Amino acid sequence: MEPVTSQESALDGQSGTLEVSVWRGTSQGGDYQRFEVPALENQTILDVVSWIQHYADATLTYRFACRVGMCGSCAMMVNGQPRWTCRTHVKKVLKAGKVQIGPLRNLPVIKDLVADMDPFFDKWVTAGGAHAPSATRDDPIPPVDPQDAIRVEASAGIECINCSICYAACDTVAGNPDYLGPAALQRAWTLLNDAKHDAPHQILDAVSGVGGCHNCHSMGSCTVFCPNDLDPMSAIAGLKRETAKSFFRRRK
Amino acid sequence: MLDLRLYMLQRITALIMAPLTLGHIAVMIYAVQGGLSAEEILGRTQGSVFWFSFYGSFVLAVATHAAIGLRVIAHEMIGLTGRALTGFTWGTGLLLLAMGTQALIAVTWPAGMT
Repeated sequence: MEPVTSQESALDGQSGTLEVSVWRGTSQGGDYQRFEVPALENQTILDVVSWIQHYADATLTYRFACRVGMCGSCAMMVNGQPRWTCRTHVKKVLKAGKVQIGPLRNLPVIKDLVADMDPFFDKWVTAGGAHAPSATRDDPIPPVDPQDAIRVEASAGIECINCSICYAACDTVAGNPDYLGPAALQRAWTLLNDAKHDAPHQILDAVSGVGGCHNCHSMGSCTVFCPNDLDPMSAIAGLKRETAKSFFRRRK
Repeated sequence: MLDLRLYMLQRITALIMAPLTLGHIAVMIYAVQGGLSAEEILGRTQGSVFWFSFYGSFVLAVATHAAIGLRVIAHEMIGLTGRALTGFTWGTGLLLLAMGTQALIAVTWPAGMT
C-alpha cells in the first residue's frame, strides 16, 4: 500500500479544510491573506479561488474565462510555480494541507491575483508577431503541405494560448526586463516558418535587438512549465540559428 | 543585453579559444613529460612568432569573450544599464587585455628586449 500523503489526509474528511494563502494587494505593496476553504475530492485551484470570492471575501480580484484550459487567462503562481489554475488539481500541489496562490511573476500586479498583461502582449508585437500576408484575398490560396519540414516547425508553436506561464517561469525575464520572453519569441519562430508570412527579415531584425533571442540562457523553464507541452526553448534556439546564418549572409 | 553582434562576437571568440586551449594543454603535458625546465620552455617561446600569434590571439579572444559574458551577469544580477554597463564591459575587456598582454610579452618577447 502506498504511504498516505499529506493531501490525502487533508481530504479524507478528518481535517476537511485547506489552508490557502492568497496575495492581496498590488505591485506597490500587499501581503498574503489566509483563508480556510472546504476540501473536496475533486477541486482545482481556480475552484478554490472562486470559493473564496463567493463565500469568504467578495473583494478578491482574479481573472478567468473558459475554465477548460483554452483561453489562457487564469494563470497564477501556485506554491511559487506558474500554473493554469483551471487545470491544476488541488491534490497535485497541496503541501501539508496548505497552498499559496499569487499573481503571475515578472508582470506588474493590477490587484490581488490579476497581473497586467500589457508588457507580455506588447513584446509579441515588438518581436514581429503580427502576421503580414503574402497574398491578397483575390489571389489563389497557395497549398500548404502539413508534412513539410518548415511547416512542422511552424505547427509546433501554434497551440500557444498566451497564458504567460512561460514568461512568468523565465529567470532571464526576471533579470532582464527588456528580454522579449519565450512566448513572443516562439510566435516569431512560428511566423518565420509560415510560408504565408511575407516579412521574414523583419522578424530576424526584431529578434536581434538588445532584448532579443540572444539573451536566452537555454535554462528551459519555459518548456518545463508550458501547460500545453510546447517547446519555446527550441523555438528560440531556431531563431538563434537563423539570425546567426543571416549575420554572415548579410555581410557578403 | 546581448544583441546579435555581441552574441556572434562571443560565439566566434569561443570557437577561437577552444582549439587554442586544447593546444595549450597538449603542449603543457608534452613539455612536462620531457622534463623541460622553465628556462628551456622560455628559450623556445621567446622570440617565436608562432607562440606570439598563438597566445596573442588567445588573449584577444579571452578579453572579448569574458567581457561580454560578465556584461550579461552584471546586467541581470546587479542591474547595471546604459553607460555604466558599457563602461563595465570595456573596462573588464581592457583589464583582461592588459593582464594578458603582460603575460604574452613575458613569455614570447625576445629575451633581453623586455
